[in-house]
Amino acid sequence: MNPNPNTTAPVATEASSGGSAVLAWLYVGIPLAWGVSQTFMKALALFK
Amino acid sequence: MADTSAAPLLDRSRTIAPPGYNRWLVPPAALAIHLAIGQAYAFSVFNKPLGSLISGDPANPAPTDWTPTQIGFTFSIAIVLLGLSAALFGKWLERVGPRKAMLAASLCFGGGFLIAALGVSLHNIWLVYFGYGFVGGIGLGIGYISPVSTLIKWFPDRKGVATGMAIMGFGGGAMIGSPLAVALMNHFKGSAPQGVAPTFIAMGIIYLLFMQFGVWTIRVPADDWKPAGYVPNEEHSALITTGNVSADNAIKTPQFWLLWVVLLCNVTAGIGVLETASPLIQETFSDAAMGAGRGVTAAAAAGFVGLLSLFNLLGRFFWSSASDKLGRKPTYLIYFGLGVILYALIPTLGHGLQLTLFVVVACVIISMYGGGFATAPAFLSDLFGKYQVGAIHGRLLTAWSTAGVLGPLIVHLLHDNAKEKGLVGAAAYQNVFYTMAGLLVVGFLADLAVTAVNEKYQEKGPVTIEAGGH
Repeated sequence: MNPNPNTTAPVATEASSGGSAVLAWLYVGIPLAWGVSQTFMKALALFK
Repeated sequence: MADTSAAPLLDRSRTIAPPGYNRWLVPPAALAIHLAIGQAYAFSVFNKPLGSLISGDPANPAPTDWTPTQIGFTFSIAIVLLGLSAALFGKWLERVGPRKAMLAASLCFGGGFLIAALGVSLHNIWLVYFGYGFVGGIGLGIGYISPVSTLIKWFPDRKGVATGMAIMGFGGGAMIGSPLAVALMNHFKGSAPQGVAPTFIAMGIIYLLFMQFGVWTIRVPADDWKPAGYVPNEEHSALITTGNVSADNAIKTPQFWLLWVVLLCNVTAGIGVLETASPLIQETFSDAAMGAGRGVTAAAAAGFVGLLSLFNLLGRFFWSSASDKLGRKPTYLIYFGLGVILYALIPTLGHGLQLTLFVVVACVIISMYGGGFATAPAFLSDLFGKYQVGAIHGRLLTAWSTAGVLGPLIVHLLHDNAKEKGLVGAAAYQNVFYTMAGLLVVGFLADLAVTAVNEKYQEKGPVTIEAGGH
């Protein structure tokens, strides 16, 4: 909630699309998925 | 619309999002920072290689090789600097905005690796302390808090989900950092002792570049922005302020210090499990206890540690998201109430050789440890408003630094004491877990005492973010 609704904030000019959000999530999601899979494989040793 | 094209590239005004900006771009930007700095939790992967730079054989270190204690001190410095820099640079971050802070974090974290690489090459531990511990630790602190207040501003309707996603990245960072370091050290083994120095250089550059995605993607919302159809949550409104408290005033309130105790107890207790996980499961479920060939091996214990890392990560997102529905205070009451029971159960399950239940209980405990980290920013925002929540969060993280010293100290003192008395297996860890359960009772009471912040601490009149860091 804006405490001062009359403030005119300077804004950047470019907008963004859903496609760029998907790419952004892939950028962080792929390494995270790789790390999780590596850890999961290691964790499997506990159940052998 | 004001013209911002003349403002410097890193200026906060250049990061204000245009109308129609997709707020779901902000969590990946935050994750790019947290996934990188979360590598710190995987520093132990360097312990053996760093301890055998001279001898070349981890099993037979040379007299001049660094000891495990000397090497372990690097991580301790980094964690202490994390808390201190988060506390010191919080107000600066609120003033300059997340982009400049993220850039500073990336330069410190990546640069810290490069300085440490020089220290490894010269076999000078002080340079490693200065590089990874001091400079890198500052990067950790600034990086950890840099996206938090921005996420809260973008997701006032889902504060727990948003901050949970970012802080989940800190848990996930170790999962990437550990296998990456192993792969790089194997690759560089022929060109340098244990391949450590070139691995530090490569990781410094990789993380510096990886974090740039966050630096250049992050945007702050315009002051008058709010999500379409957003109505503040009325269900838990007693503890959700509509006012704003500055960082300087926040630390004068009992609520800040109660939350400080809450975080301290949660983290100290969690470290009790993390510090002991591998020896605990091997000694409790040894061949002697379970029967020949049926005990938990070192490889299986490593699997247990991996499983705990996964639940640490999942807990950060799950519990923080759940707190959006349950309320922050009840969520912490669950962490502590359920935690007391589960911590006290661990020795009993060990004595009873209940391996499966033992693993399940440990996983739930660690999920709540992670959840405690991830729920804190949203709790702070509820109590103090979003005006300087990043700076307040930074000051709260000194509890983490304190726990980082206190937790291992308690664990080692109690465990060594039990060993001196000749206790083995689960019995050797019994007092550790009962003490941690006692700490959780303290945390429960501290959380129970949290009430709404007195209005006298709130800023008078309207506040703007630009005024946030004077």
